[in-house]
Amino acid sequence: MSYNKKHVSVTLPGVRGLSSSSGPRVCIVGGGPAGFYTAQQLLKVGDAAVDVYERLPVPFGLVRFGVAPDHPEVKNVINTFTQTAQHERCSFHGNVNVGKDVTIDELRQAYHAVVLSYGAEGNRSMGISGEDLPGVFSAKDFVGWYNGLPSNKELRPDLSCETAVILGQGNVALDVARILLAPVEMLKETDITQNALEALAGSKVRRVLIVGRRGPLQIACTIKELREMVNLPNTRADMLPADFEGIAEALKDLPRPRKRLTELMMKAAKEGGDDKAEKCWGFRFFRSPVEVIAGADGKRATGIRLALNKLEGSGESARAEVTGQLEDVDCGLIISSIGYKSIPIDPAVPFDPRRAIVPNEMGRVQDTAGLYCSGWVKRGPTGVIATTMNDSFDTARVLIQDMEAGKLDLSVNKPGAQAITALLQTRGVRTVLFSHWEKINAEEEKRGKFLGKPREKLLDVDEMLKILGRLLI
Amino acid sequence: MAASAAVRSAVSLTQRFVRVSPDCSICPLYRLNACTGATDGFTAPSRRLRTSIGVWQSGDSSSPEEEERVVNVVYIDRCGQRIPVQARAGENALHLAHKHGVDLEGACEASLACSTLCHVYVSSEHYEKLPEPEEREDDMLDMAPMLQENSRLGCQIVLTPELDGMELTLPKVTRNFYVDGHVPKPH
Repeated sequence: MSYNKKHVSVTLPGVRGLSSSSGPRVCIVGGGPAGFYTAQQLLKVGDAAVDVYERLPVPFGLVRFGVAPDHPEVKNVINTFTQTAQHERCSFHGNVNVGKDVTIDELRQAYHAVVLSYGAEGNRSMGISGEDLPGVFSAKDFVGWYNGLPSNKELRPDLSCETAVILGQGNVALDVARILLAPVEMLKETDITQNALEALAGSKVRRVLIVGRRGPLQIACTIKELREMVNLPNTRADMLPADFEGIAEALKDLPRPRKRLTELMMKAAKEGGDDKAEKCWGFRFFRSPVEVIAGADGKRATGIRLALNKLEGSGESARAEVTGQLEDVDCGLIISSIGYKSIPIDPAVPFDPRRAIVPNEMGRVQDTAGLYCSGWVKRGPTGVIATTMNDSFDTARVLIQDMEAGKLDLSVNKPGAQAITALLQTRGVRTVLFSHWEKINAEEEKRGKFLGKPREKLLDVDEMLKILGRLLI
Repeated sequence: MAASAAVRSAVSLTQRFVRVSPDCSICPLYRLNACTGATDGFTAPSRRLRTSIGVWQSGDSSSPEEEERVVNVVYIDRCGQRIPVQARAGENALHLAHKHGVDLEGACEASLACSTLCHVYVSSEHYEKLPEPEEREDDMLDMAPMLQENSRLGCQIVLTPELDGMELTLPKVTRNFYVDGHVPKPH
């Protein structure tokens, strides 16, 4: 593919990607891992110009707001995303709420293709009474709180109770448990927010139960996270021997990963740990939440009622069946970690409410030419960054195939960011560019240095915009 | 319990938090493979978290004679294509792959955090010669699809002269699903 002219149009200072107008223009909605990995692949193969739109002024999605503060190495991917954003054919547009500030149809008019990579900002609810009482939080909000997500900055969880119960046993549940019980000396050197750090420093939580519907062989967390729980200083493991009946016998037939995980769990259950430890944690299996118990004044959670289950079948497909037995656990903090959930972004986009994803075939949105999706909004909210990476590469490949097969009309000239930014300006929306994020980044690192942390995240969108001040269009 | 105390010293929360991975990807020295191992401004826990730089520091590979020793490695990519590569002792198999355009990912920059994008199969006679994987590598390997007896993470393989002739085969899939039906859903 050869092109003869490069148009140099400098209509808006600092907005890259306008000069090479000869390739296709692609818009990506969502500046998290899915968005950036899709962009990366599109930029690598071919000559597309890629614009990434993000609702917050800051990029990186769950890498910034989901990965636990004590897992900094997982955030190394940010370096890759930064390189992508700085590519001459890529531009980042933050502080743009797609669906509200600009519609999907408007984006589709301005670009040859639009990729939805906006992830899962909602959460599955337990569907039990008392779920909305003070003291009950979704893991998504709790994690957002300690990771500085602006919409969770007022969460103010009350940590004055002794026992916390977490529903769900995936890696997010274990992250929450670990952050609740970790020594403050360790946390204070991470990028956890200062207000969360102070709250945790004053926390009275000493016991965390991590509850799952099924048994030890169905647990969804991975061994790395389990090992971190086992190794937590000044804590001991406290589990119920009854939950482990029959497990030792099943070990020999398990595939290696499940076997190692189960062995570690059994070891923790058996050895317990230092009896003098002030804090404890444990799994509770075969239990489903049925009701949040309110205190005498009915104003906050003071316990949770659990139904005891038995298992039908075995292995991954084993099902929990009710037995009719119930058990009440006193606790003042309840965190439900049973899954994130995507929500519809725009009425023009098909959405499957049952699976909570955008219906698609290999990343091509159903019945909508030129519209694609990648990441959690495409597959559902599970998997690690690596899974999303592979998935995003798949969508990019499919998009490129479609471009090469003539399924998208590339002969039509599309204005891309030029048109959208102009439109946003008329609507009073101030776009934050990647170079602006770099200023916010520098400010956060500066504030962090003062506190002995890698960064102190800005919690307020208005504050971020204020810092950028005159720089913003 | 002394044993558990020893175990407890092993993981993230028990160690002083430090930046464990310098941003090597943007350093011109690293790109030219002229990096001899960053020492200033980079501190790492003494044992567990092995980034490629950590490996430089902990290995014997920083002596000038070793650095000049050639190690021949063959990558076999996902299409079965053989890519012979000449490396120097002390180099890391993941970075070597990148240098030669071999499609081995390393999202976490060799810090055992990205769950196995750099998973490779090592030719059996050379597999024996590699040092045993650390527990953390084993934990990561558990998440690798199509795990085999000779599976290792490329980011943890440091080339030594006795590995000359080693063949590293990239598994045909990198997606995190298991052929045996086990489908973990971690995040």
